[in-house]
Amino acid sequence: MAVIGATSGTGAKARWAVLDVIVVVYALVPVLWIVSLSFKTKETIADGNFIPRSWTLQNYKDIFTTNEFLRALFNSIGIALIATAIAVVLGTMAAYAIARLDFPGKQALVGVSLLIAMFPQVSLVSPLFEMERSLGLFDTWPGLILPYITFALPLAIYTLSAFFREIPWELEKAAKMDGATPAQAFRRVIAPLAAPGVFTTAILVFIFCWNDFLFAISLTSTEASRTVPAALSFFTGSSQFEDPTGTISAAAVVITIPIILFVLFFQRRIVAGLTSGAVKG
Amino acid sequence: MSHTADAGAEAAQDPAPDAEKGKRKAVSEGKRAERKLGLLLCAPAALVMIAVTGYPIFYSLWLSLQRYDLRFPDQREFIGLENYITVLTNSYWWTSFGVTSLITVVSVVIELVLGMALALIMHRTIVARGLVRTVALIPYGIVTVVAAFSWRYAWTKDTGYLAALLAPESDLLTQRVPALAIITLAEVWKTVPFMALLLMAGLALVPDDLLKAASMDGASAWQRFTKVMIPVMKPAILVALLFRTLDAFRIFDNIFVLTNGAQQTGSVSMQTYNNLIKGLNLGIGSTMSVLIFLAVAVIAFIFIKVFGTSAPGSDNGGKR
Repeated sequence: MAVIGATSGTGAKARWAVLDVIVVVYALVPVLWIVSLSFKTKETIADGNFIPRSWTLQNYKDIFTTNEFLRALFNSIGIALIATAIAVVLGTMAAYAIARLDFPGKQALVGVSLLIAMFPQVSLVSPLFEMERSLGLFDTWPGLILPYITFALPLAIYTLSAFFREIPWELEKAAKMDGATPAQAFRRVIAPLAAPGVFTTAILVFIFCWNDFLFAISLTSTEASRTVPAALSFFTGSSQFEDPTGTISAAAVVITIPIILFVLFFQRRIVAGLTSGAVKG
Repeated sequence: MSHTADAGAEAAQDPAPDAEKGKRKAVSEGKRAERKLGLLLCAPAALVMIAVTGYPIFYSLWLSLQRYDLRFPDQREFIGLENYITVLTNSYWWTSFGVTSLITVVSVVIELVLGMALALIMHRTIVARGLVRTVALIPYGIVTVVAAFSWRYAWTKDTGYLAALLAPESDLLTQRVPALAIITLAEVWKTVPFMALLLMAGLALVPDDLLKAASMDGASAWQRFTKVMIPVMKPAILVALLFRTLDAFRIFDNIFVLTNGAQQTGSVSMQTYNNLIKGLNLGIGSTMSVLIFLAVAVIAFIFIKVFGTSAPGSDNGGKR
């Protein structure tokens, strides 16, 4: 009886519901905690209560009136968007070639991107630090965009080539029959079909760039190119005697919003992107 | 041999051998065009990747053989393997190596167990599947530094709800063992969903018929899990373990925010960062970079050779 009940019925539903609730609590509690901190007043921030005893928007007012945070937010958005755009374009081209074309060096390219995906990023910090200083790229946008593109490319290539293998390629053949060159077939027929996969990849790459901390603190030294994750670790209160907990929390919440939006609207795509890349990539 | 003979015989009989030849030539031209296009399409990605990783890794190797401290640039000179001896005989290096290895092993083991549980829930739940999958993506997507601050404040004396709940009298982040446990907790929380997604991809490959058949034959849920699902999922499990092990070994963000390496909780990445950016010692920093690279290569080698992990992308999937 119990065995049959395990696969259907309200008992099973209740059991799954309990498990679901555990997952929801697991995933949300740390996020809700930082949200709660960001709304606490200066007097109650150190009370250790999970829910604020008194609420305030002061922390948000503070960060949005300081240049430090606004500049970092601007850097974060700009650098992540540019890096994502470039990585996705280059990744799309390479993934198309890997999924569809036969050419020498294909395995080598796949191997190299696999190596980079597993590369310890800290190993690159010292040479990049030195090279960027001599090239004048240190503490500039391109100085961060370049390593971001590099580490995003393997992710982009894997995810995209997995998507590209699912596309009905007969259409490409048909286009070629009608006299289209391979390049035209790529632009006119395949690119529109591939758009959902490209979009998913863009989200994953953006999350990666948005998330980076190591390069952001190693390859920047001023507000000129410091992104929010790096800026957070330099946050002090409005005076040096002030505890920055509230402002850090508020800034942390602000940079979590895009992630929450992505997850809410594109959950299916993100899951598909991560799982397809993993198995078939 | 026989083919050419046939072709010759055919050509003799066929009234239009030129057409045949022309077609064959067109095919090979198409092939050549395809190769050219393939190389052209891959070139930009390959160039960027090589310029930003290939060249620097050799440069790093070169720097690691020099005494090169930016505070004393005049003393720059080639010193062979001296930096390696300095680092490898340094107890701080080995402490951080031990810390990194410990965090890596413990967190990956916990992640595998929790990740499998989460994968099963996401895959099989009959209630609110979309909701569970959506919510589970939040730890994956959230900025590591943000999550680390959340954990830090949660465990800070007075401020934190967890500190208030579990250890109101002591400051756990300033004690070595509790701090390491908190770092591991933060790492595990963030990466279980990623592990679960990789495992879920493997779960999708388990045929339902097989599970039903096992169930008919009287296999318990646990037996179905260990005897049917695990063997089918083995490749996915190994890939997930490989990815996460290499990723955990480079742990940096969580430690930086949670303890900043105090009380000997620093990882090898922290050590490298400190020598390089804080100490401005490029020679020693590069030496550590090279050593981390080697350690990661050894881990990957063990996974691929000993466990037979098939690296994704290097299999025949691409040729299908």
